[in-house]
This record gives sequence, C-alpha cells and structure tokens, in this order.
Amino acid sequence: MTAKPRLAVFKFASCDGCQLSLLDCEDELLAVAGAVEIVHFAEATSRMEPGPYDIVLVEGSITTPDDAARIQDVRANARFLMTIGACATAGGIQSLRNWADHQEFLQAVYARPEYISSLATSTAIADHVPVDFELRGCPISRQQLLEVLVALIDGRKPQTPGHGVCLDCKRRGSVCITVARGVPCMGPLTQSGCGAICPAFDRGCYGCFGPAPQVQPRSLTGHLLEQGAPPRQLVQLLRNFNGFAPEFRGESERLISQQET
Amino acid sequence: MPPWFLEKACLQDLLERLRDRGYAVIGPTISQEAICYDEIHTIDELPRGWTDVQQAGRYRLQRRADESLFGYVVGPHSWKRYLFPPQATLMTADRTDGGWSMQAPVEVPPRYAFLGVRACELAAIRIQDKVFLEGPYVDLVYQARRERCFVVAVNCTQAASTCFCTSMNTGPRCQAGFDLALTELPTGFLVECGSDAGSELLASLPVREPSAEELTAAESAREQAVHQIQRLMDTTNIREDLLTNLNHPRWQEAGERCLSCTNCTMVCPTCFCSSVNEVADLGADHVRRERVWDSCFNLDFSTMNGTPVRNNVASRYRQWLTHKLASWHDQFGSSGCVGCGRCITWCPVGIDLTEEVAAIRGDVR
Repeated sequence: MTAKPRLAVFKFASCDGCQLSLLDCEDELLAVAGAVEIVHFAEATSRMEPGPYDIVLVEGSITTPDDAARIQDVRANARFLMTIGACATAGGIQSLRNWADHQEFLQAVYARPEYISSLATSTAIADHVPVDFELRGCPISRQQLLEVLVALIDGRKPQTPGHGVCLDCKRRGSVCITVARGVPCMGPLTQSGCGAICPAFDRGCYGCFGPAPQVQPRSLTGHLLEQGAPPRQLVQLLRNFNGFAPEFRGESERLISQQET
Repeated sequence: MPPWFLEKACLQDLLERLRDRGYAVIGPTISQEAICYDEIHTIDELPRGWTDVQQAGRYRLQRRADESLFGYVVGPHSWKRYLFPPQATLMTADRTDGGWSMQAPVEVPPRYAFLGVRACELAAIRIQDKVFLEGPYVDLVYQARRERCFVVAVNCTQAASTCFCTSMNTGPRCQAGFDLALTELPTGFLVECGSDAGSELLASLPVREPSAEELTAAESAREQAVHQIQRLMDTTNIREDLLTNLNHPRWQEAGERCLSCTNCTMVCPTCFCSSVNEVADLGADHVRRERVWDSCFNLDFSTMNGTPVRNNVASRYRQWLTHKLASWHDQFGSSGCVGCGRCITWCPVGIDLTEEVAAIRGDVR
C-alpha cells in the first residue's frame, strides 16, 4: 500500500459504537491520523471527500433498499473493504426481525408506516458485496482495529486470534461458570476478542464476537438441555448480536423446529 | 525420618515461618464458587468446612459435617498457573538510532510456597520439570519460579468421582517431591519432611511426637481416599492400543461432542503448549515478545505454511489424547496424565477421557 492511504468510514444500520472505538483510540489516535489520511468519517469530521479510497471501514447492516444500493457504490470506491462489528459482519441485533413479521412491526411502531421504506431483513455486508476482512465484535475491540490498520499499513497479515472465549477465561483465571454454577454460556462457541469480560463478572458470554472456527453448537445445547436448561433460553442465548451468523442461526432454528415437532 | 505432629491452631505458625523466609504463600481459598489457589495470609482464608463434589462437566461446593481445612480434592486451578504463568514477556526490543536494542525482562518472580499440593499435582510438577528443565532447552521463566519454590504437600483423605490417580500410579499418597507433607486429622496434622529446606522449617515449628493413635488415625484417613477412588483407566499397553487405532470410529464420535474449546488443556496440570507473539506499538518502535498459554485444540495452533494440519475437531481431540497417553511416553518417558480428573470435570459437555480410552480399547481386545 502506498504511503498515507486514504481511509473512509461508512455507516449503515448500527448504533455507531464501533466507529466510536476508532475515536476511543485516544493515545493512538494521533499516530493513526498521522499514518493514514482520514478523508470520510461523518462521525468525526465534516470533511467528506469523494472516493476512491484505499481503506474503507463499514459499520452496520443492510436494512433499507437505499442502503442496499449505497453499499454497491461504497464497494466500487474501495480498494480494501473491511466490515467492523457484529451488524456489518452478521446482521446485528436488528436481524431478530428476520424471524418476525416485518409488516407487523411497521404497523405497531409507526403512525404512518407508508412513509417507511425498509427491507424485511437485516443482513450482513458480505451478503451484498465482497468483503476483504471482517472484524468481529459488539463492539469491536479497539486493539484489534489498531492491529488490523497497522498490519494493512505495514503490508503484513493482522494477528487477530481465532480461538474461543474459554481460553481467555482460563488465561485470566476465571472459574467456568457453566461447570461450577450451571450458568449457560456462549463462551465455548464464541470467538475471542473481548478478553472474556462477562464470565469474570458472573454472567454467561453473550457471543458478541460471533462463532469461533469449526464450532459445534449442537453438542453444547444438547448438554445444557440435559442439565435442565429450557430450549427457549438456549434460543435466546443464540439469538443475540450475532444471532444471524450461520452457525448460531442454524442451531437456534434447529432447536425451534425440534420443539415444534 | 519419623513424622511429627502439629496442632491445628499452629498451622498459622507454618504460614508465618514461610512468610518470614520471604515466601508468598499460595494456598486453597474459596473464590468464584470454587476452591482456587491464591495468595493467603492466614489460615482463616482456607476452605474450612467445605468440600467439592465433582462429576463429568459439573463442579459444586458443598458444606462438610466437620471443620477440615483440606477436606476437598482438586479445583479448577493447578500450580502450573504459578510456575508456567499464562502470560509472560520473554523479551522487549526498542528501535534506536544504532539499530534494535534487545532486553531480557528484569522482573524477579516471587518466591512461592505452595500449600496443599496433592500427590497427583506433585507428579504433574515432576512432569513439567522434565519438559521445561531437563530437555535440551531450559525454560528460564519456569526455572526462575520452580527453583525458588517451597512445596507443602497434603495427603488426600477423600476422592472425587473423577479421580483416578491409582490407575496412573501417582497417588493418593505423597511419596516424593515435597519439602513438607501433611496429613490432616481433626486435631492437627501429621507432618513428614522431604528435604533439607523442609527440616529447617520444621525446626522452627512447635511440633511434638505423634501418639500411636494419631499415627493409626492418619493411616486410616489416607486409606479412605484409596477406597473412595472408583474410576479406573487400564494403562496396560495403552500406547500401542491408541497409536495402532488412529482410525477407530470413536475418535469421530468424540470429535462430534468436543467443542474444541481448550478447557481440558487449560485445566490440565501437565499441558504446556504456548504461542509466542511479537506485539508492536503503532509505530513499530517498541516490540514485546509475549508468550501466552495456547492449545492443540485451536485451529491456528496447527497452522503451518498457511494451512491447518489438523483441520477438524476429531483430529485435534485425537492429537491431544494420543499425545497425553501415548506419544508422551516416547517424548518424555512417562504418561502425560496424572489422573487428577480435571479435564473430565471442567469439560463443558462432560467428555470423559477414561470412557473414550475404554471404548477404543474395548473394541481392540
């Protein structure tokens, strides 16, 4: 990559939390600003230059016809397109609508639903355009974002570990809350990135960083069902910020179809 | 040397004499609803009157009918956390005008005194000594901690359903590898000495000769642990039986249950795998070489030249089990398993290696 790559940040359906991770870099922000030229970042600056861009960070999922068209335009102007966060990578918490009646929501929430133009689904960026790199998390990890940016600038492969949350629990000395207390936890199925925060504070993992490589959700849910966890609780556990990621989605749908039969 | 007797109230003296000698005392204490190993300052921090109830995939604390201080078996932590820490900086490098300047870490680790080391755990430390100290390369991080530590072992007087030390010939009686070894009785401890450092410390304690009744009581307390062990792993010819059955269908079945979550390897007191990463700051002017616990269950761990060698869960489970029970013999001259049962208890889906081995070998015979 040439010196001073042009960096742009685009937002789709999301809460802006992942973009804030970039602003939250505080100590490193000046160094980042020195290494790249930030030419489009609505959250931070009114300077908005047209493309093409060397590095594009995309936050959010596709939920409207306009956004479905806009992401094509963003892709056409991006040399390297990276999604940031669970919304962009897996559809986000708003993908819960994918299992519900979109029209019913519109009627219930809006006084004049005819003014609303939205899609029946919330889908990942990769369902619409090719994505060069996916950075997981709800929100993303600041350290991982910096690592990927530095690696891109240096022209090397980023070190973003693919192991599960359990390994981080063990490294930090957290006792397994599933084994010691019977608390259902997504840790064994979820990719690392947060440093295993929730189990250290007595809560099961919410799966914020999405499925770890080669996960087998059925083995875990089968064991938790045997231990007396209600199927409904396991479906809710799987349908969180990354509920529409294929591995989690497949298992929650299997649990529901099993209940119905 | 004949054993001595230490009154229960005088255990605090043992802690204080260790602290006088500059040791940080690490012992069992209740934390996060489990009995963990952490720094303790008084015997009030010990799990008095508590025990652990364990089965595959399940661990619970339970009240005892008595006031035993060491009336539990083994918990989620092992001493490896202190000897082979989960994270260690091996080196730092700074860019200077004259090139890179490399520094070894200057941190001097604490002198640890381990209180409550079980026989299976002594065996595990012995195995890690072989791995880290007796091969062609000495691990300096481990060596700095191991050479300065003091070991107070405690004989088990009960067993969990997950224990199988008798199958692995590692316990429950503490035979060697300790400075002092205790057997707990309702009124105090029978104390055996295993080293010069142990006898030096013992000389500073208010011990007396035990009565014949106390000696008998200690013997039967230790026997109780032996009788409570129900689990068996037949180790006869285990190396050949496993290594000549690498395509047994049971590996595939285990691979479908296994979450590849690494918990078994993390709680195992002998597993020693790690990864070394270079961690740079944004300008790449300051670099730390960090070592972290890693596991053969991670896909990245077997990645070579861009491709994972063990590209499915079943092959990683098989790698772990055959290394632990079979090829460990070729590499280190012993089994890598000490029969502590942690991998059975702390597997989130309760996979039991003794059951897997029995299934594979049952068909073989």
